[in-house]
This record gives sequence, C-alpha cells and structure tokens, in this order.
Amino acid sequence: MHRDHDINVHEVTRVEGHGNIVINVRKGRVEELRLEIIESPRFFEAMLRGRRYDEAQHIMSRICGICAVSHTSASVKAVESATGMRISKRARLLRELAFCGETLQSHILHLYFLVLPDFFSVGSIVPLIKSHPEIAKMGLGLKKLANEICRIVGGRHVHPISIFPGGVVHVPKPRELKDLKKALTGSFERLERTIELFEGFEVPDFEGSREFISLRAAKGYPFYEGDPFSSMDASIGQESYTKRIKEYTVPHSTAKHARTSHGTFMVGALARFNNNHRRLHPRARKAAKRLLLEPGCSNPFMNNQAQLVECIHLTEEAISLIDRLLDMGLAAERPARPRRFGRGIGLVEAPRGTLYHEYRINRDGLIEEVNCIIPTAQNLRSIERDLGEFVVTILDRPRDEITRSVESLVRAYDPCISCSTHIMDVKFV
Amino acid sequence: MVLNCEDEFPDLVKLVDIVNFREAMSEKSDDYDVAFVEGSISRREEIKKLKEIRKRASTVIALGACSSTGGLNCLRNRFPVEEAKRIVYGKDAAVRKIKDTIRARPIDSVIEVDHYIHGCPITKEEFLSTLKALLLGKTPEVPNHPVCVDCKMAGNICVFERGATCMGPVTRAGCNAICITYGSICWGCRGTVDDPNVDAHEETLRRYGLTADSVTRSLDLYGGCTVRKKTGRGD
Repeated sequence: MHRDHDINVHEVTRVEGHGNIVINVRKGRVEELRLEIIESPRFFEAMLRGRRYDEAQHIMSRICGICAVSHTSASVKAVESATGMRISKRARLLRELAFCGETLQSHILHLYFLVLPDFFSVGSIVPLIKSHPEIAKMGLGLKKLANEICRIVGGRHVHPISIFPGGVVHVPKPRELKDLKKALTGSFERLERTIELFEGFEVPDFEGSREFISLRAAKGYPFYEGDPFSSMDASIGQESYTKRIKEYTVPHSTAKHARTSHGTFMVGALARFNNNHRRLHPRARKAAKRLLLEPGCSNPFMNNQAQLVECIHLTEEAISLIDRLLDMGLAAERPARPRRFGRGIGLVEAPRGTLYHEYRINRDGLIEEVNCIIPTAQNLRSIERDLGEFVVTILDRPRDEITRSVESLVRAYDPCISCSTHIMDVKFV
Repeated sequence: MVLNCEDEFPDLVKLVDIVNFREAMSEKSDDYDVAFVEGSISRREEIKKLKEIRKRASTVIALGACSSTGGLNCLRNRFPVEEAKRIVYGKDAAVRKIKDTIRARPIDSVIEVDHYIHGCPITKEEFLSTLKALLLGKTPEVPNHPVCVDCKMAGNICVFERGATCMGPVTRAGCNAICITYGSICWGCRGTVDDPNVDAHEETLRRYGLTADSVTRSLDLYGGCTVRKKTGRGD
C-alpha cells in the first residue's frame, strides 16, 4: 500500500477561479494540506467606497458572472434597508423569478459542464458532445432555458439590468411569461432524465459531522428571502451574522476563510436542503428520495444531488411565480425613492450559499463602508478539512485516482473563486 | 458568456480546438494560435504570464471590459494601492499574495492586443462574429459610434429627458443600447469611442442641470484607466 503521497494539483480545473490543491502524506498521515487560492485579490469593497447608493448594484453584480442576480439582489436589499425604501409585491416576485433562473442556470452549468465529465472519465463536456450528444444537448437545452428566465426578467443572461434599488425598472410582457411557462413545463422531462442519469453514478461514502448554515424564510424554500439559520443552534438573526461568522485571512489564500464557534461549517445547496427540506415542492422531495438524499446528510459529495433536487423545486417555483405575476398584471412601475440614509444588510441564498452585503451610506447618498461575505469563502475551511479527512480513506488507490477523487470533492462544493485573468486559448484546425 | 452560446457551442468545437479553458476543461495545452484574455492586470506576476501568452499566440484578443479598458477594477485606483489593501484586508494586507498587487490596468498597457471584444458583459453575438471573422481570415469590426445612435434606433426615450445621467453620448456602441431599453441608463461599460466628445457630453449634462461632480463620477465608473489617456481627464 502506498503510504507516501505528494499530491499537487496546479490550478484545479472545472471550477470558477484559480486554486491549487497541495497534499503531502507521509506514512499514511497528512503532513501538509492546502487549498491555495491564487486568484488576484479583487477589492470590490474598496471599489464601492465613495460611490452613489444607486450605483452599488451595478458595480457589485460584477463580482460574479454566474451569480450576478444574487449579488445584485443582496446589494439592492442592503441599500433598501439602509434607505427605508419599500418595494412592490410585483417587484419582489420578479426578483424571485430571476433567482429561479440564475440558480437553475448555475446548478445546470455545474452539474453538466463541471461534474458530469468526472462520471464519464473525460476532461470536459467537449468529448461528450461527440460521444453522448443526447446528454450534452439536454444540458445545453436546460441551461439555455434557465438563461432565458434571466433574460426576460433582467434584460440579459448575466448582470441583470432591471433590478434597481426601490424595485424594478422593467417588467416583462405577459406573452413572454406565458411562453416561458410553457417551456418550463416542458423541461420536466429533461430534468427527470437528468435524475435518472445521476441515479446511476456512484457517490463516495464519506460523512463527517458539520454545521450547516443557510437562510430560512417564514414560508417557502429560501433564495431571495429569509433569516440565517444554523443546523446546530437554530436561528441566527441578520444582525448577528457577522458575530457568528468570523472571517480571517490565511497565508496561502487571497480569499478569506471563515469559521463559527462550532468550527467548520458548510453553506450551499446541501445546507439549504438540510435546513429547509420540508419546504421543498413534493416533486423535488420525491427526486431527493430517488437520489438517496436524506435530510441531515453530511456527505459533501451529495451537494451535487442537492443541486439537482433544487432544480426540480425551482422549475415548479418559477411556474408558480409566473402564474401569480400574470394574475397580478404587469403594469410598469417606478422604483421607490430613499427616505433616509444609514446602514443596511442584504442577505440572500446565492446558488453556492448564503451571501451577505452590508453598506453604510452617508447623508449625501454615498457609500462609506462595505462588507461582503461570499459563500465560497465560508466553505473554504470546510473544503480543506474534508480534503484531509477524505484523502486518508483512499490512500490505497493509485495516485491518479487519488488526484481525481480529491478534485471531485473540491468540485462538489462548486467553489466560485471568481477570476480576474481567465485565459481561454483556441487552436484552429 | 462563452458557455452561454448553447446553440452554437457544439458547432464551435467542430471548427476550433479549445486547448486551454481551465474553467470548463481538464485538458491543458500551451500550443495555441489564438488567446482570449479576460480580466485586468492586478498583480506583477500577471504581467509575466501575459507576456508569455503573447509570445505563444499569433492573435491576442482582449475579452470584456476589464481586459480591454481596465473596467470597473480601475475604480480602486482612486485609492493608493496600500490604502485599497487596507480597506479590504485590514492588518492582513501584508500577506505575500496580496502584497504583489499593483494599480489596475488594461492588458494593452503591457502587451500588444490584436482585437477587442468590449463590454461588461460581452455580447455573445460579438464574441461569435469576432470568432467568425478570424476563421475567415478577416479583421473583426468594432463599432466606433456612440451608444446614442443605437439608442435612437431602438426607439428609446432619451435618459436625460427622464432626469438621469447617461454615458450614451461618449460610449462605444455595439450593445443595441440594451440597458436603456430595459429601463436603466448607459453606464459606459464598453469604454469610450476612439475620439470621445467629452466637452459636448459635459455641456449636455450641464444643460440638464447635472453637476461637474456627476460628470467626473460617471466618467470614472468604467473610464478610470483610459479616459485620461484619451482626453486628459478622469482618474
């Protein structure tokens, strides 16, 4: 049996952003373990300082090209709470619909483009387009539909235009929503087949007790709204979030790490599922059963399955939101105006977990202080801990397999180490 | 955005070999003809990496606002680098990986760039038309007229008439004025046209009762790194 290993994955692929895995094992013991985040520091907190309150959502959306609706929403919610603006019910439903689109899009991208290649032992979706065109087409089709939700509500696939402090500055046409509903209803067949596909994949047996943190709403499954909730000590409260979650820097990472008094915790689809499974649509609960995902599951690999369960829920949710919007009517509206300036918090469930924005706005409407807590930063410590505990269970396997397995573990968390300098190089044939 | 070309992606991979796309692929190769570079320069080590890419690729394309104009990243240049580090990282700003940070800048400040795909986000139409032009051996075309022209064609009511500030008069077109069509303003994400008439823009802003401060403010949202070069103003 191999007792010594130096595992060095330079720039983990099929994750958002730049990170390295370094694991040194001597005589079956982990001596060194790091998930190095080599991404450039991004400075959004500095960029926003001194800018006007109604520029915040535009600037902060650019933190991420995948979860831009989440950042935009956390931003407008923080501004609205700091300025006393109240938004209309229609505006809230439209934002919730945009959330459905974004989370679906993000989950499908992760499951089909980033995770699926592992199950087929290929490097990307590109070979699957040739070897399994039906499967690739299914993923591309589901992703396109999810993007279409974002386009109809927000104006385009990424960086929503219409979500503004005080409400929305654009409402879709009834025809667009009706067509969207039809397409969503038709997408269940492809989602069912995706479940069948994932039912067939083996999930490593790996459990470890951990705290799960997510939002929990007065009603419904939380995305746009809710209060922070911990699987270990129930409700946290918005104002207490930064007291419970402590961010700190480590030398090997440009992204901050975070911990609670219980130590390591996890945010994201699995945390939301564990804290809110009763709120899922019955169809999504059925999907969870088929995927062997049970409440209280603490296997991080099952985050993939939890995302798929959420896709079913979100499709049902989007259809019901469209019905309510069509009943309500889609008259254009003007966003509310600020009533005061002060301090405010905006909390949402981004696809990858709880997202926190907090701003202090001065009398002139300029932002003076900014604090953001990003889902992936909250998960980094948990990923590192899991890597250490997981790698010792597979030391008897060939080195290549160990490397692939630890990469899949990082991938299951769906980390978003958003980038400053991505490179994509193309060779002409 | 590249992965959002759902309909075109299967055909695209038939025409070109994507040899290095770390976000979506495990296979890596440094043998390539065309390099798309995203993001602005933020650390010294990136300059080295970029020069390496320039040496290998016969064509380098700046993809998106951060890469082509420095984008929103240049907003942090309003603060000295040390202060920006302190704002975000506090006493931990001395950590080596953060220490290497320099003022944000577009990639053409360091290497020669052959083509630009502007905007934040880029449009997939422009990405695909650039790729098509390259495949046909043509030079991709970049619009050099202001967004106002697109906006008129889209049939929008002028943002200034609504009492808001708009960067449309000086911003490079090519987006069909989508932000204004969807109820917002032009933020200037595509950078200015080659020869922006900033004086006329300023006069427009004044005519509608907007202050000099709002002029500078709207210019440096996306123009922090480039407007000074073109007009002697900005950051």
